[in-house]
Amino acid sequence: MIKDHKFLNAKASFCLDIAKKLGATDTSVTIGHGVSETVNFRNKKLDESNRSDDLAFSIDTYIGKKKSSISSSNLLDDNLKNLIEKCFETTKNTPEDEFNSLPDKNLLAKNIKNLNLFDETHVENEKKISYLKELEDTASEDKKIINTESSFTENKSNYLLANSDGFCGSFKKSSFSASCVTVAKDEKSMERDYEYSSKRFFSEIKDPKVLGKLASHQTIRKLGPDKIGSEKLSIIFDKRIAKNILSAFAGAISSSAIARGTSFLKDKINKQVFSDRINIIDKPDIIKGLGSRNFDAEGVKSETLNLVEQGILKNYLIDTYNGKKLNLKSNGRAGGTTNLYLENGKVNFEELLKSNSKCIYVTETIGHGSNLVTGDYSVGATGFLVEDGEFKYPVSEITIAGNFKDMFKNIFLANDLDFEYSTNSPTMMIEGMTVAGK
Amino acid sequence: MSNFFDKSDLARKDAENIVSDTLKNCDDGELYLEDSKSESIVLDDNKIKSSNYSSDLGFGFRAVSDEVVAYSYSNEISKDSLKSSAENLQSTLKSIKGTYNNEIPKSNKKFYNDINPIEQKTLNSKLEVLNKVNEYLRKKDGAVKQVTANFLGEHKSIEIIRSGGEAITDIRPLIRFNVSVMLEKNGRKETGVYGIGGRQSYDDYLQNDNWKSVCEEAFRIASVNLESKPAPAGEMKVVLGPGWPAILIHEAIGHGLEGDFNRKKTSAFHNLMGQKVASEGVTIVDDGTIDNRRGSLTIDDEGTPTERTVLIENGILKNFMQDRLNARLMNTRSTGSGRRENYRHVVLPRMRNTMMLSGKQTQDEMIKFVDKGIFAVSFGGGQVDITSGKFVFNCTEAYEIVDGKIGSPIKGATLIGDGPSILKEVSMVGNDMKMDPGIGTCGKAGQGVPVGVAQPSILIDKMTVGGTKL
Repeated sequence: MIKDHKFLNAKASFCLDIAKKLGATDTSVTIGHGVSETVNFRNKKLDESNRSDDLAFSIDTYIGKKKSSISSSNLLDDNLKNLIEKCFETTKNTPEDEFNSLPDKNLLAKNIKNLNLFDETHVENEKKISYLKELEDTASEDKKIINTESSFTENKSNYLLANSDGFCGSFKKSSFSASCVTVAKDEKSMERDYEYSSKRFFSEIKDPKVLGKLASHQTIRKLGPDKIGSEKLSIIFDKRIAKNILSAFAGAISSSAIARGTSFLKDKINKQVFSDRINIIDKPDIIKGLGSRNFDAEGVKSETLNLVEQGILKNYLIDTYNGKKLNLKSNGRAGGTTNLYLENGKVNFEELLKSNSKCIYVTETIGHGSNLVTGDYSVGATGFLVEDGEFKYPVSEITIAGNFKDMFKNIFLANDLDFEYSTNSPTMMIEGMTVAGK
Repeated sequence: MSNFFDKSDLARKDAENIVSDTLKNCDDGELYLEDSKSESIVLDDNKIKSSNYSSDLGFGFRAVSDEVVAYSYSNEISKDSLKSSAENLQSTLKSIKGTYNNEIPKSNKKFYNDINPIEQKTLNSKLEVLNKVNEYLRKKDGAVKQVTANFLGEHKSIEIIRSGGEAITDIRPLIRFNVSVMLEKNGRKETGVYGIGGRQSYDDYLQNDNWKSVCEEAFRIASVNLESKPAPAGEMKVVLGPGWPAILIHEAIGHGLEGDFNRKKTSAFHNLMGQKVASEGVTIVDDGTIDNRRGSLTIDDEGTPTERTVLIENGILKNFMQDRLNARLMNTRSTGSGRRENYRHVVLPRMRNTMMLSGKQTQDEMIKFVDKGIFAVSFGGGQVDITSGKFVFNCTEAYEIVDGKIGSPIKGATLIGDGPSILKEVSMVGNDMKMDPGIGTCGKAGQGVPVGVAQPSILIDKMTVGGTKL
């Protein structure tokens, strides 16, 4: 069982007391506990079982504007005391930084809504095994599938954040995830693809047959790929890839990148960054949402932010430290975005596919090709050649490249948004990217 | 050396008994205990941004029967927690019996010293170096708009207890020093990053103002990129410089030669043993035994002494990298390649220092040979799809080559290629093999481990360059 609020709270109070006695002027403590159980299958047989039980503690101690941090997995009182003493000594020897401070008291979360993030259900290993059996039976029905690997994980955690200004907030979360990776082979090639489903509530994860079928279908259709020539083309990003473009945008508007001047979106607030079709929202209070939360990593309340309205950048993602540097208030984004999404476009998926006579539909990208300082983007890709709305043949060993500044202005979206992840996008088309192949 | 039992109600003898009892019907397994301390000190935006210290203690208990692995870990070293882990393992493996339990080979060789780099240098002296770095770079040129510098130090003490009570220990120091600089000129911004590190004390890297050369290199890379033009797009010849560009070997070839992917037949190399997979003259080894290198290990995380494993010899595929599980299932021996990020993770076959050995040609000869292509000197990260064999990596310093001469620097572009065929496209191997500066971390199945790479300059006849200029 995961540790309850009482346990976490007692540890946090113990730590705050020690720090106060030592002479820390401000302190912030987190205590977390997570239990995770995973069963892995391979080729319809049990492959691995894994249980983890993780305690975690971290503390920031301040002496005026001096600050340092310590973290540990050992929560025995003796050890905590030693570490806090060490942390305090380090703080003394660390230079002052005028922007160091706890968050403003009036920004701290007060009304903690029940976001329904915890499902009590415990899925016994036997049940995980029968889920995976059904999944792999379906996934391997086609003879072209030569290898299946699948996994079921149940995760429960409890987390508490307390600071010396009296803030104390905690939340329990659960997640249930199932995934399936399949390998298909024919005379010409061997290909791999996957499908997964992750939800806060067990009853909501995808049916094993559906998951297995999707994984196998998505893998088999990649067999026998060709390379294509180098040219300027429209790229259509599958939803699972489109969300990465949105994540890159979120990275570029983090207050730390803005304050350091290392973002291509610096000084773009209230300016047109996307075409006027585009709205981007970060919504923390979606019931059962994978990214939902009442407060951020510092205890500041997280409220819905319209990051982009009709293409205009309206907000950065701000934490306390970088907010002070920029002379802006924290908007509860220490630790990043919550449920981030692009609003639906006007056309459906088929209409988007048909909107150009020739384009590439990208289902996977590899490489870390986003440079958030310059906005340059270049990644390896696999997908399909689409002509007049029809999937023609799979393509691989190509790269796609552009610059986010141009790409953002050329985004067109379908109307098929759903909330499978914490960052979500409808199917996305970007016109005028450079494809390098033969 | 950490004594894992002196502050616990768990006596060593009890632990040995629980391990022996739990594993008696298994093929393999061990109790892995780990005590690690780490520090991270960061200077950023003219200030000491953070000073973090972390201490982590825990065990991972593994039981292996045939192909099935049961694993349980906890960060509480106590009788109760070890017993509940043992029960968890037994419940997974209840109907399975095994016999293997091969002995671990012994060796007295050590490839680094028992030092604690974190304690060897005071916090103040580290802060002083970081502040000097900041001043030095900002004074050097008005175009310097941002400087980040950091120290990372780690001291990890491990013990492996096997069935029957055999205990194997290791102490592993690791440090890294990194400088990143951003320049701005005529409205353009570019960054340059350089770092050094390995399994030694900070002073081994920083004596005689060695930090200055790290600054110079980061500054040089950023300056080059300020002048860069859009990269070409399409297939062309590529010359790779020596040293760090060997992450191409790591991504394109290395991962595909790890035992697990080949046992499962999901690697594009699984049926190519003994066959020609590279041009003549190409020899690649994976070596855990080089003194003080980032990827070196005295023993791996199953207790097997590391070695120099020949993967490809003169173009012919000779060996895969193996941990004990995959070696047993493939009827071979462990190459001392079983690694884990920490006690929270199961062991996987991983790379150590992966190196392509020197050949005969010079870099000049290669450049002269190219009509149209690029010369890639340094890279950011790379990635591979093991199954299709396609891999990518991102240039952080590259130039175009026109008519046998090095031309303008080009913007960061992704290079993409096909692992099983790329080494057959290697038409020249240089005589200038160099190790990387000690900065690599390899990710696999969510686990990061420190690795090294090395190679001479090489000429690749055909690769796709992912630029924007058609």
